[in-house]
Parts: sequence; C-alpha cells; structure tokens
Amino acid sequence: MSTLVDKRRIDWAGIAFAVVLTLVIIFPLIVVGTWAFANVWRYPAIIPQEFGLRYWGTTLSRQDVWTSITMSLSLSLMVTLLSCIICLPAAYAFARMSFPARNLLFFSFLAGQAFPKFGLLVAIAGIFLHLNLIGNFWGVVMIQLVGTLLYMIWIPVAAFQSVDRRMEEAARDVGASPFRVFWSITLPQAGPTIAAAVLLSFVGTFYETEGAWLIGAPAIRTMPVLMISFINNQPVIQYGAVLSVLLWIPSFFAILFARRVVNSSSFARGFGG
Amino acid sequence: MAVLEIQNVTKTFGSGSVRAVDDFSLTVGDGELVCLLGPSGSGKSTLLRMVGGFETPTGGSIRIDGDDVTKAPPEKRPTGMVFQSHALWTHMNVFKNLAFGLKLRRLPPEEIKRRVEAILELVGLPGYGTRLTHQLSGGQQQRVALARSLVLEPKILLLDEPFASLDQHLRERLREEVRDIQQRLKITTLFVTHGQDEALAMADRIVVMRDGKMEQVAAPDTLYREPQTPFVAGFIGTMNLAEGVVSDGTFTRGPFTMPVPVGDGAAILAVRPEALGLAPGGMGDIHRVTDFGTHGIVDVDLPDGFRFKAMVPEAREWKAGQKVDLKPRAFSAYRDNAVIYRSQAAS
Ligand SMILES: Nc1ncnc2c1ncn2[C@@H]1O[C@H](COP(=O)(O)OP(=O)(O)OP(=O)(O)O)[C@@H](O)[C@H]1O
Ligand SMILES: [Mg+2]
Repeated sequence: MSTLVDKRRIDWAGIAFAVVLTLVIIFPLIVVGTWAFANVWRYPAIIPQEFGLRYWGTTLSRQDVWTSITMSLSLSLMVTLLSCIICLPAAYAFARMSFPARNLLFFSFLAGQAFPKFGLLVAIAGIFLHLNLIGNFWGVVMIQLVGTLLYMIWIPVAAFQSVDRRMEEAARDVGASPFRVFWSITLPQAGPTIAAAVLLSFVGTFYETEGAWLIGAPAIRTMPVLMISFINNQPVIQYGAVLSVLLWIPSFFAILFARRVVNSSSFARGFGG
Repeated sequence: MAVLEIQNVTKTFGSGSVRAVDDFSLTVGDGELVCLLGPSGSGKSTLLRMVGGFETPTGGSIRIDGDDVTKAPPEKRPTGMVFQSHALWTHMNVFKNLAFGLKLRRLPPEEIKRRVEAILELVGLPGYGTRLTHQLSGGQQQRVALARSLVLEPKILLLDEPFASLDQHLRERLREEVRDIQQRLKITTLFVTHGQDEALAMADRIVVMRDGKMEQVAAPDTLYREPQTPFVAGFIGTMNLAEGVVSDGTFTRGPFTMPVPVGDGAAILAVRPEALGLAPGGMGDIHRVTDFGTHGIVDVDLPDGFRFKAMVPEAREWKAGQKVDLKPRAFSAYRDNAVIYRSQAAS
C-alpha cells in the first residue's frame, strides 16, 4: 500500500516550479497578448472593456511598421547567408585540419563574447562613424554578423567533429572523391546539427537590438527597435503590444521549422556539442 | 586473379619516433586469406590501412597485380575495406549503402538493383534493402558492411577486426560465413585480428606481428607446432616459457633440471601444457588444480615463483600442496630469439 500512497503524493516542488514559470513567462505573454486585442482597456478593469482588431488596423497601416518588417527580414537573411558562407568552411577547417595558430584563431571567435557587449559595440560604433557605416545597412549586417559567429562556428565545429571518420573513409574506399565524401557523407551527417545553428543565428539576428540600434539609428529601424521606440514614446500601449505579438511569429515559425527539419535528438546534439 | 605484394614497407608517426610498421614484406597469393595476428599496438591496423590507401608508407612499396599503388588514394585502389565499427552510413538505408559505390561507377539502375540484391542474398540478408542501419543487429550490420565491400568486387578484401564488437557465439558463426564467402569468391584477403583462435580457424597463413615487424609467417598448424621465436610460442596457444641456464647439456632453473642437448649459456625452455608430465617428487609445489571434466590443468610453482601449467588426463589424481617433479615429453629451446633445439614430436 505504501507505494500507492507514494505515487499519489503531491509534487509540491513541481507545482511551485510550474507556478513560477507561469508567473514569469506565461503571464506577461497573456497580458501583452490581451493588450494587442483590446480596443478599450481602462483602469481598474481586469479584462478589457472592448476587444477588437482596431489597433491591428492602425498599426499595420503605418508605413514605418512595414519598412521595419522588410528591414528585419532582409537583415536577418543577409546576415545568416553571409554567416553560412564565412563560418561553415571555417568550421570545417577548424574541425578537420591542423594549421598554425589554429587554437588561437578558434578562441578569438569567442573573444567577442567574453567582453561586455555594449562596451564593445560603442567602440565599434566609434570606428564605424569614421567609415561612414553608421545608419548604414551593411554596417548593421557587419555588427550582427559578429554576433552569429559563436553559434555558427562552435556548433558546426562540434557537428563536423562528431562525424565518424570511418564513415568518410568507407566512402573513399568505395570510390568517392574527397569532395563527394563531403557532399554525400559529411554534410548529411552533420546537417541536422548545422541546421540548428543556422536557425539559431537567424532568430538571434532577428531579435538583436543593441547593435541594430547603436549602429543602425536613425536610418535603419528593425522591428524590435521600432517596438522599443513605440513602447517608450507612444502613449498608446496597443501599438507596442501588436508589434510584439507580430514579433512572436518568426520564433513560432522557427520552432515549427525546427521540428520538421530536425529531429529532436540531433537538435539537442547541436546544443550539447 | 589478384596478388598483393608488400615490399619493405615502413610507417613512422610523429617525426619518426613511433615505428608503427617496420620494414615489413609479405606476398599474399591469389585467393589466399592471410591473417595478421599480434598484440595491441603491433601495427596490424596501420599495415592494413596502408594497403587500403588510408595511410601513406614512409618507405617501401605496395603492388596489386604488379601495379604500384603505394601512393594511390583509396578511391583509386581495387581494395575493399571492412571496418571494426562497421562504419555504415546511418543516413542511408541498407540498399543505398550498398548502391553508393555502384552509383559512383555510373552503373545503370537495373544493374545496381540486381547486384545489390545478389549480394544481400550472399550475406544472408535478402529483402533487407529498405531497413535503416539502426534497425539491424550488430551481426547484421557487420554483414552489410561486408556486402558493401564485396558488391564492388574488389581485388583485395581488407578486414580490420570486423567481429571485435560482437559476442563470442556470433563471432564464431560470422567468421565461418566470411571464410565460406571468401573461398567461394576466391578473393585475396588480408584479415586483422588479435584473437588467435580466429586466425587459426580462418587463415591459410598467419603473420604474427610484434612492434611493427613480422615475427613469423606460417600456416596455422605449423605456427602452433613450430614457433620460430619465444614470442610466437607464447602468443599462439598456451606455452610454458621458462628462462634458465644450460651447462653440460643440462637445463637448470632452481630445482628444475632436465637434459637439453645444446651448448652452454642462457636459454628459454618452451613446453606446451599437454606435453608436460607430472610425477611425485620435489621440484615444485602444486598451487591449484582445475578440473575441466575431460582433463585437468595443474599449476605448479617453482620456489622462485615461476609457474608451470600442466595438462593432466585425470584431475582428481593431483591435490594442491603436493610436491611434484616436472617431466616434459616434448619441448623446444630458444636462445637469442631463435630456436636452437626442438625435441622429436615437439607439439
Ligand atoms: N595516426 C597515428 N598517429 C600516431 N601514432 C599512431 C597512429 N596510428 C597508429 N599509431 C601508433 O602506431 C602503433 C601501431 O598502431 P596500430 O593501430 O597499427 O596497432 P594494432 O596492431 O592495430 O593494435 P590494435 O590491436 O590495438 O588495433 C601504435 O603504437 C600506435 O600508437
Ligand atoms: Mg587495430
């Protein structure tokens, strides 16, 4: 009988954990979500007096919202693309080849993450000012590119390293050239993990604000930057709320995409190294 | 028709400090299966990988049917390698694993299909083409790996401890299958193992390797009966190897003495347990008697701690603590790493 009692014992720790999670994550989400669909919500009502899509209409009819959406998408795509072109061959080299100063170079990719980011950004902004890259699309691309190096080097390096060398040798043995081995064996084996890294870098870039704001302002305004300025400057809360709900969309699609393309175990491997 | 000639091949690693393979020469005849046998680190895999093209020899040459392939990359060699860890491509199913090499050779799809099905039949896995590699047992995976090499009809088949990760029972079954297939296809084969029974069961000839050098090459029965060095003697089967001194035709180690007709000096006496008789006496003490039913193994300790193993027909005749004399019926003597005497009927 004692086992039965054990099984029914209430897991207080688990409940407390769930409650805290709800308060910290779910509750703010609900509040923001509610704001986005509230036409009228005045103190002290607990739920809005009037629900509706009025502010969606007004928000989406604003020119600056649409420019920011296109801007965010083209920035993220460009940064991710460049990051792939630069980092994947580098990751392969780091994983498979030995060359002078390999370790030094490898850790230099990390160095950017080792210092307080904002200080670094201010320093770079100083340099960019001289190069006329402030308020420039490519200036923001460059700064955001630096932010993706960590994911796009470390995770693919781990992915390439974990590919069984014997598999590659077996492919050479049956007649595949080194390039064919890379294409048919190494890449498919490392693929899911690399896809995870690409996804991370796309989503990470989409939500990046510090660099976008410091280097991009005032000409370049991404969605998160616009949202912050709405929240800071607009008396109407709904603008910011609608925009933040819109901002959930990419991460939502990212997760869907991740679940389809990447099976969960190899996805986890990507983060575990 | 394929002959493999390995001539004076040397491989060093780490700026010459590690001599993995040291001036090694061997010719494997057409359709012959040669086992490379030796302790861990003796250079077996390195030698095999040089034949497969995965390592470049530091010196010497490798020829297949007279063609020098010493510097050719793996994809340009008529060799097929089976790895210990099977190394199947986990993102492809069994059919694709087997078809990959054929596709690279631009064979028409029907031909590929026909060949893959034939080879699956040969390794006893008909209809397994659509399986994913992780849906196979360890033994089946190893068979697919073998099929992947065989389907390309290589001139030389190379196997590096292909059964090491399998259990004893499966290992015995697979080695018989591989031997059957090899003999049916008459394919020249180099097989690495560090299990002596595997080598004895499969090989036409066995090469015993030690520190990158060939210690001896011989047919299995010869190797067991006429080991050329104490190392080979100790490595194949169980062998009592007693170091001692010969003077005036008598070998002595502590109280153990026996006539050995060789010149004076240090010598190693080699006696198989089955050739070592026991009699009540005083040379050593019985440490333990192990009864296997069909026979017994008696451990006899000399006063200096050296232990002989003797095989007796009836274990119950002997008791631990008993004092006995050792009476070798057949033996060999070694000096300076070579045989100096072999008694008649040395087994
Ligand atoms: N890539 C390498 N770099 C440096 N040393 C190596 C390399 N490959 C092998 N060696 C060394 O060469 C020697 C022979 O190794 P090898 O793998 O051929 O042994 P083996 O006989 O196959 O042993 P095992 O039975 O354990 O597989 C060892 O001392 C090993 O440490
Ligand atoms: Mg080995």
